[in-house]
Amino acid sequence: MPEKLQIAIYWGAACGGCDVSVLDTNEFILDVDALCDVRLWPIAVDGKYKDVEAMADGELDVAIMNGAVRNSENEHIAKLLRQKSKIFVAYGSCAYMGGIPSLANLTSRDAIFETLFMANPSIEPGNRTVPLPVSKVGGHQLELPRFYERVYALNQIVDVDYYVPGCPPVPSQCKAAILALVQALTGQAPAPPKGAVVGAFERALCDDCPRTRTQEKKIKRFYRPWEIMQDPDVCLMEQGIFCAGIATRSGCGVRCPKSGIPCRGCYGPAPGVVDQGAKLISAVSSIIDSKDPDEIDRILETLPDFTSFANRYSVATSLLQRSHGQ
Amino acid sequence: MSKKITIDPITRLEGHGKIEIFLDDQGAVTDTFFQIPELRGFERFVVGRPIEELPRIVTRICGVCPASHHMASAKAVDGCFGNEVAPLAHKLRDMYYHAHFIHSHIAHFYALAAPDFVMGPDADPAVRNILGVVHKVGLEIGGAVIGARGKAQEIQRIIGGRNNQDIWCLPGGVAKGLKQDELEQIAPWVDELYDFTQFSLQLFRDIVLANEAYVDIIVNGPYTLDVHNMGLVDENNAPNFYHGKVRVVDYEGNEICKYEQHEYRDYVAEHIEPWSYLKFPYLKQRGWKGYVEGIDSSLYCATPLARLNVADRMATPKAQEAFEEMCSVIGHPSKLLLGNHWARLVEMVQNAEMLKQYCADPEITSDEFRVIPQQITGEGFGIVEAMRGTLTHHYTCDENAICTSANLIVGTTNNNAPIQMVTKKVAQTLIQPGKEPDQGILNMVEMAFRAFDPCYSCATHSLPGEMPLQVSIFKGGEPYREFRRCC
Repeated sequence: MPEKLQIAIYWGAACGGCDVSVLDTNEFILDVDALCDVRLWPIAVDGKYKDVEAMADGELDVAIMNGAVRNSENEHIAKLLRQKSKIFVAYGSCAYMGGIPSLANLTSRDAIFETLFMANPSIEPGNRTVPLPVSKVGGHQLELPRFYERVYALNQIVDVDYYVPGCPPVPSQCKAAILALVQALTGQAPAPPKGAVVGAFERALCDDCPRTRTQEKKIKRFYRPWEIMQDPDVCLMEQGIFCAGIATRSGCGVRCPKSGIPCRGCYGPAPGVVDQGAKLISAVSSIIDSKDPDEIDRILETLPDFTSFANRYSVATSLLQRSHGQ
Repeated sequence: MSKKITIDPITRLEGHGKIEIFLDDQGAVTDTFFQIPELRGFERFVVGRPIEELPRIVTRICGVCPASHHMASAKAVDGCFGNEVAPLAHKLRDMYYHAHFIHSHIAHFYALAAPDFVMGPDADPAVRNILGVVHKVGLEIGGAVIGARGKAQEIQRIIGGRNNQDIWCLPGGVAKGLKQDELEQIAPWVDELYDFTQFSLQLFRDIVLANEAYVDIIVNGPYTLDVHNMGLVDENNAPNFYHGKVRVVDYEGNEICKYEQHEYRDYVAEHIEPWSYLKFPYLKQRGWKGYVEGIDSSLYCATPLARLNVADRMATPKAQEAFEEMCSVIGHPSKLLLGNHWARLVEMVQNAEMLKQYCADPEITSDEFRVIPQQITGEGFGIVEAMRGTLTHHYTCDENAICTSANLIVGTTNNNAPIQMVTKKVAQTLIQPGKEPDQGILNMVEMAFRAFDPCYSCATHSLPGEMPLQVSIFKGGEPYREFRRCC
């Protein structure tokens, strides 16, 4: 029996859903426990930052980090785990692409503070206080992590070896990804190439979607999901309901379109797609049934706030990265 | 020379948390600060988004209770469209949400709370976790727990398409209905879940109530606060999780106020401290008075126990029986914060009985689950009970249904000031001058906020683990002594 693999699982700016997705593999967790020493996993087992700091470089076989980098603490731990691990995995959409928190890159830190601590209607009347990195209360000094101007995906902060997409990754894919890494580390299978997306398929979501698609249908307007009663068997995009399936990697089980809800792209760019947003611009332009610029403008007006659809989970890593002027 | 104890990181928080404990020269606790160093800024970055997208964006506030945010958001979005909603959709959402409550409560009770009681608060930390519980109570029971949680999750998935990061609600209703064959699949599981709630109550009687030492901790321990209670109630003042009015009752049982969701701004305001990213809600009409207890306090808890404290009765018969049994031991209203664990079990009975009612409702499989809203009215409010407290969403939008503002008061946020206070109270009681705090004492400190099931805690909801703590004591700013537990 080979020595157990040393692993760490950690969260940055995240919702906890990725950790829950690992736990939702249920009894598989016991297999992981049998194969690995989990040295840090705040959600479930013990282990401290200080324990990680005390490790030799490369002592961890695998560090799996979910969540984006939003503040100085996230950055510090990401760098620490990278230094201590042989393989560093970005797990889930936030780690991979910035995720939903990176929609904040469309605004600014000052605007966020203004809204949250000054403008919102339930703030204490007359409030002038905002959270500070260092504050003094009753002679005591208290510290908070610094809140950055923008959100970063992990590969913008540290060198990432593999990516597991999804918001959150579905448990079966999580299992497949962990097994692939374990097999690679124990010499049972070749390691995936560096930078590979593991725990997902090499095709677009549309390839797995049961809805019928003619690929010839053109539309005269877009509909927001609440504006029409959709046909449950026909491609949403061909019904005028914007869906990111064509630009998105499959692997999720097509849960949203099967439930009458369009894809928003959480599994990241499909193979061969560099930027989901750019691919979706092309998809939209090819389905619009008009050559008249004015009419095209009117059709596009039925699809407001396109940026947040084009890169719902990937503003941080999009060609855009941050809003204009920031 | 003063000392400082730092507990950092506290794990099993959603994100990250830190407790600073300051001691005077004699080693007595003078101050504690429970800091939340996390902020993502949803209320700002949803501005500019189409309003109907919010229910599937705000779920990312919390991956443990996304359904709560989804429901509050759906209701607030409905409001932006003049509250034209298919009546069946409200039933389906309520049904779905009961299933969510059950699997969340199961996970909290068995994975987080049970270790302290089944294994004992001062048990070896290495076994004071869910795996220790499984070994002690037997694999058969462990399997039943995992099975029940899984079935409640699966019910949610079948009804709404996903059991996490919900997508299902649309303005005017829901995206899919419940088919007859789906109902037939769900119904037997609902009966099993109901049986499981009765089993859980019996387990609680056998393991906790039959043990005098545990009852003593619950009733006579330092885990009590003289602050008020908040929760949603129906027209009979029975708990409701999806509909209803918010009722605030003081700790002597007198109603302070009762408000509709659109009135929340008249009743609740949020204080801000420079040392935490999390705000501190209080009863607005009483004003911010600081971290003080007493009948004039402006602070309240919003927890399972608070919900039962504001309730005059339960909505279903078996839950009523369980409620009466609980009140006979801990009183009503009760200030005994560890009673929250019991309150979760009582709530779960109502959740299961409500699921049974919905399964027997002949309309539930009808296909009128959504209407197309005909007007954009521009403002909406959504209040639901999240597992961990009253959850308020308030949105405005423009004439094109683009979000122009969002305000959220999240379940655990309500409890921010009470958690500060009980942490200090427990630390002051247990950390005595001249006696260094050991790991058992640290667990007793944890039990204070664990009673709240703070939603910065995701661990609560699944597998193993003892909350790891690192405590550093500083003397005059220099490291003096360090404790580690379970490391």
